[in-house]
Amino acid sequence: MNGNGDKKIHAFFDGVGSSVLDPVLFIGAVSRQLPSLFRRRGLRRRELFYYLDLCGAKSIPVVTLICFLMGAVLGIQAALQMRKVGTEIFVVDLVGFSVLKEFGPLMVAMISTGRAASAFAAEIGTMKVNEEISALETLGISPSAYLVLPKLLAMLIAMPLLTVIGDVTGIVGGMLVGLSVNIPLQAYWTRTVTVLDSITFLLGVGKTLVFAALITLAGCYCGFKASSDAQGVGRGATSAVVLSIFLVVVADAIITLLYSFIGY
Amino acid sequence: MSDERVKLEVKDLVIGYGDRVVLQNLNFQVSRGEVFCIMGGSGCGKSTLLKHIIGLYPPKSGDILFSGRSIVNATPEERRAIMRGFGVTYQGGALFGSMTVAENVALPLTEYTDKSKAEIAEIVREKLRLVDLAGFGDYMPSELSGGMCKRAGLARALALNPDLLFFDEPSAGLDPITSAGLDRLILSLRDQFNATVIVVTHELDSVFSIADRVIMLDKGTKSIVADGDPRDLLKNSTNEWVRCFLDRDGLKRL
Repeated sequence: MNGNGDKKIHAFFDGVGSSVLDPVLFIGAVSRQLPSLFRRRGLRRRELFYYLDLCGAKSIPVVTLICFLMGAVLGIQAALQMRKVGTEIFVVDLVGFSVLKEFGPLMVAMISTGRAASAFAAEIGTMKVNEEISALETLGISPSAYLVLPKLLAMLIAMPLLTVIGDVTGIVGGMLVGLSVNIPLQAYWTRTVTVLDSITFLLGVGKTLVFAALITLAGCYCGFKASSDAQGVGRGATSAVVLSIFLVVVADAIITLLYSFIGY
Repeated sequence: MSDERVKLEVKDLVIGYGDRVVLQNLNFQVSRGEVFCIMGGSGCGKSTLLKHIIGLYPPKSGDILFSGRSIVNATPEERRAIMRGFGVTYQGGALFGSMTVAENVALPLTEYTDKSKAEIAEIVREKLRLVDLAGFGDYMPSELSGGMCKRAGLARALALNPDLLFFDEPSAGLDPITSAGLDRLILSLRDQFNATVIVVTHELDSVFSIADRVIMLDKGTKSIVADGDPRDLLKNSTNEWVRCFLDRDGLKRL
């Protein structure tokens, strides 16, 4: 093989190697900084509250609306099928389980991907363009500790809380549809609390901790890897969203499989 | 030159990105208290060299020593410790946009000292006064002009009283009067802090005002083509390109 061919093969394996190794090294660098959260001045409260507001409080209206509509749509589809066999009451079961186990956590993850992952990537990418990342490094401050940990902590707090809101509004959406198939609100509520247990609820909310970590790491990683120009920041934000969605869906499939092994 | 007088030593340095070599065979020393300028045409690798010297990127080969300590072979912790002795001022100031000017300057102090809030506030005021930005502590970086951002970045770089200051194109984008003011400030800081100053620039006025010594980088040979006092090089360099580069009128002839 000629030298040019060798170079291409070399470059190909370099590319594959770095695309596998770089994220692993990034996760390792962030993990190594986790103990710094417990040191004096390790937890940057101002940044934490800023990201709690950005990723949590500001997401409440959209999570409420989307989960409510999703619960209603699920209810309508279920009612259309159940009515054929006269088992409309099972609309409650279907909406309840679907929202708590899958759609609540997933919808919150998708909304957080759009809001947080892209924002994290754009913020870090812009800091890179402005040489702020270099400035942090030359001040002897680890960018992964300084920039990633407050975001990670905020997401780990915000996403489970958003999921609780999403679960409740999703069930309320189903409840309103239930009225149209002659399930009174009281009966709908009684059936809901009868069929759904706290473990189902907690397992659904628990998933979002994994999603929160993946979305934050993907967003920050794409920001750090963005090239130092305006287009690079845009590409970084896009990659963050695509990568986050991919990781969330894959993680959801794996977690669902694991839950099924323990009977949930 | 005795070892104690050498603040920075670059040995057989080769730098680049990926497979691309930007500069090679770099060997030079910078003495304590010297104002040392790195010059060269656009794209010759001046800023790249600076970023390698301050430890942001690993070199392909060679070594960089600060007071005899290698930053290349240091562990991440050792490297961070060495870097804390630097004050680096970037082209645009590199202020953190989410913090006020005072918070930017206070950051190294809150990270590395046990000083009280009042002590930190006093140091911040002093550093801002030093760079002629007294009263601008509560401003956000977006409210400052380019020159003010650079001076605020310099105030942050001075927060821990470093004995080694780096400037990446300090005059870029500034009017001649502001640029001359910044040159005077650099010299005054060198005298005040007994600091060693390394400046990346291609501004001839600045070079002749502040530099004790310059090295000139050449894009073609990817190496140093001149090393010495800029006035000597202008008169006596055997390299015509160097003489022309340092001579404003000569530039027109090139």
